[in-house]
Amino acid sequence: MGKVIQMKGIVKSFGNIIANNRVDFDLREGEIHGLLGENGAGKTTLMNILYGLYSPDAGEIYIDGNRVDIKSPSDAINFGISMVHQNFKLIQSHTVVENVALGLKGTGFFFPARTVERRIREFSQKYGFKIDPHTPVWQLSAGEKQRVEIVKAFCRNAKVFILDEPTSMLTPAETGELFKLLRLLRVEGKSIILITHKLDEVLEVCDRITVLRGGKKIKTVDINEVNKKDLASMMFDQEISFLGRENRMRKVDKDIILEIKNISVLSDKNLLAVKDVSFNIHRGEIFGIAGVAGNGQKELVEAITGLRRTVNGNIYILGRDVTNVGPREILDKGVAHVPEERIRMGVVPSMSLEENFILRSYNKEPFSDGLFLRYDVISNHAKELISRYKISALDEKSPAITLSGGNIQKLILARELTISPVLIVASHPTQGLDMKSIQQIHELLLKQKEDGCAVLLISEDIQELLSLSDRIAVMFDGRISGIRNTDETTIEEIGMLMVGGGDRV
Amino acid sequence: MSKNIWVSFSVIVPGVLAIYLISGVRPDIIFKSIIVSAFGSIYGITETLTKSIPLMLCGIGLSAAFKSSIWNIGAEGQLLMGAVGATWIALYVIPNAPRLILLTVMFLSGAIFGALWAFVPAILKIKFNLNEIIISLMMNYIAIEFVNYLVYGPWRSPFEWGFPYSTKFPLNAQIPRFLDTRIHYPTLLLALFLAVFVHILLKRSKLGYEIKVIGENMEAAKYAGLNISRIIVVILLLSGGLAGLAGVGEVAGIHHRLRVASGISPGYGYTAIIVAWLGKLNPLLIIPVSLLFGGLLVGGDSIQVSLGLPGATINFINGLVLIFVMAQGFSNNRIFIKKGRNRV
Ligand SMILES: Nc1ncnc2c1ncn2[C@@H]1O[C@H](COP(=O)(O)OP(=O)(O)OP(=O)(O)O)[C@@H](O)[C@H]1O
Ligand SMILES: [Mg+2]
Repeated sequence: MGKVIQMKGIVKSFGNIIANNRVDFDLREGEIHGLLGENGAGKTTLMNILYGLYSPDAGEIYIDGNRVDIKSPSDAINFGISMVHQNFKLIQSHTVVENVALGLKGTGFFFPARTVERRIREFSQKYGFKIDPHTPVWQLSAGEKQRVEIVKAFCRNAKVFILDEPTSMLTPAETGELFKLLRLLRVEGKSIILITHKLDEVLEVCDRITVLRGGKKIKTVDINEVNKKDLASMMFDQEISFLGRENRMRKVDKDIILEIKNISVLSDKNLLAVKDVSFNIHRGEIFGIAGVAGNGQKELVEAITGLRRTVNGNIYILGRDVTNVGPREILDKGVAHVPEERIRMGVVPSMSLEENFILRSYNKEPFSDGLFLRYDVISNHAKELISRYKISALDEKSPAITLSGGNIQKLILARELTISPVLIVASHPTQGLDMKSIQQIHELLLKQKEDGCAVLLISEDIQELLSLSDRIAVMFDGRISGIRNTDETTIEEIGMLMVGGGDRV
Repeated sequence: MSKNIWVSFSVIVPGVLAIYLISGVRPDIIFKSIIVSAFGSIYGITETLTKSIPLMLCGIGLSAAFKSSIWNIGAEGQLLMGAVGATWIALYVIPNAPRLILLTVMFLSGAIFGALWAFVPAILKIKFNLNEIIISLMMNYIAIEFVNYLVYGPWRSPFEWGFPYSTKFPLNAQIPRFLDTRIHYPTLLLALFLAVFVHILLKRSKLGYEIKVIGENMEAAKYAGLNISRIIVVILLLSGGLAGLAGVGEVAGIHHRLRVASGISPGYGYTAIIVAWLGKLNPLLIIPVSLLFGGLLVGGDSIQVSLGLPGATINFINGLVLIFVMAQGFSNNRIFIKKGRNRV
């Protein structure tokens, strides 16, 4: 087995953060190579260097044994390297075909879309991806966008695929499909680099694993030599306990915080996405919503947070009717919102961390005195949150976009919790986070619950829902196909409800 | 970097060559003549300063709009309506008021007229989602026709031998000038003050923060619960108001009467778009950039006379300067975007 790629002594620093510190990495032909490490360990940076987006401060890259200089992504693509990024890089107003066609070679000058459309259809048939080539990207759910990204990379006929957390947005079933596809590609002699935080996945699909910590390479190991515990101890310098269902406070108050009564909501395509849904959430309760992406969860969340109008029904917070009052008033009622699409909605990427921390409260004391903002207060506020939530960042003045994926999520959570919410609406709050951060966020949510906050938790991770929620509702095709007490249900039952089997309420 | 230079030169070299081929005058002579006439004499400098005033006022207002990704290209019309607002006060409302009161009311009225003119695209945008670029542009033509209608029609002076002029402003409605130059310094001071004011507003105020959020990420603005419609209206009123002030300065400081639109403004409102961009949407940077473009306008007038070149030559040169600087700026931007894009 030859080495397709060798990276030697790669160094890359940003200011005084050393993102990669003399990292060696090699990729064999026909292997799936997992890249592990906690949030901010330098995984994305290393891959961005390989993909020509960053130039390393020091170090060498060899492809098939030859020293190369990768100056730009188009160089990388010419070398047969393709990358699916952690966050979507799709053009919102373009259709799937147009997005895939962008930058694609060998499609013919005229009507490139036709060729591409054919290739997308072939591809989706061969590998069982469901994609309508003519849907504009903005109408797709996060999971669907991820699929387009993958198709786009695969359409470039690369021999090396870099997938930066491709599964964080996928359902278990979709992940299974993806892995099937990766194995097929491996058989065809392609090499794959897979970044993920999910150890089970790595152990399931990878041949070898490289672990980074604090910018340094810890080790490259063969999959047969390690178990989950070994990997965790390589990734973190402290012990990590894996999620359990125990030690949960069961006491739930009678007071109703959120009451949803027969609401119906339209999607961007003007179809009914939420159909006559009702439920209540009590003080101190974590109410989970399970379901495959695209079954109305996004629209439901947007209706509750005031970002989307309902066409029917009512929403009450603490007994007050807040149907269609808009996001500002919902926020003022004490509803925190951790949105699904972090970069697109949760932050202003080009603005500084400190400015992002006040996105939801910039107009209130003590950050504003009515006309002007108090930047000294704002900056101290940011410093405090950065250290309290252990966000790794250069400083509070650097743009939010310079944070690693996981740290952006911590920023959003930290900000949302500062409003002392009565209700937290959290969409996939731990997506893309390492185990340590997940634990931290679970603890935060449980702490909020103990303090009497209600939590609406949307997740595709059934395990997470089971370990956190008091009750779980499953959404299927815009309806709630069942609500279960967590203690009285099983993964299998929830799984059944997710694909439409079960009672209607 | 090498790429930027390449881009710039691929535009500049053929551009300069084209000027040479069309006019038959050597480019170095043209440029020398522009620079000498704009900056090479006391008179030139005072004229440059004079012409920079409206550019500054319009440019400052536009920078706030562009920062929030609201594409107001109607500064020209807003300026003209400001001129109308001032003329109305000076001739028909309180012509006999004392100077300080009269001028203050004229400036206020001009700002309000300019702001109202910008209110039209604002309201159409928030109520009917109509594109402000097209509406604000169309409002320019309406303003031009309206001014021309006034000076040929109801406001035409009986004392000007049939010229399309309004009656001359009473002395108290004329903005004082610096010595025997045409620099109406109160307007200049006002512009400098507003540059600092708007700079602070954008950097430090609540509105400035909202402008940034709206301009950078509309989804986040909605999520954060910003009152987007209100902010769009406020920004367009501000932007139009500042352009209106420029119009007051022109009629009350230079012409002392309302005249046909092309006599009041040789396109200050359009040039100010370039000024705002080259000033990187920073009101303080807009001050020197306005001086540069004021100089180009003076130089443009002068080469028409001294070298017999067509008046459009200077627009051509403006365009070249724009492309040259934009090529640099855009590449810088590209670096930023690229940096942003790959950060995940
Ligand atoms: N352009 C940049 N400017 C400043 N700092 C940066 C930049 N890019 C990365 N960093 C910093 O380098 C470190 C490594 O970031 P990187 O994105 O590679 O982490 P990661 O391993 O991909 O983490 P995650 O799992 O959260 O995505 C982080 O501390 C990050 O803040
Ligand atoms: Mg990353």
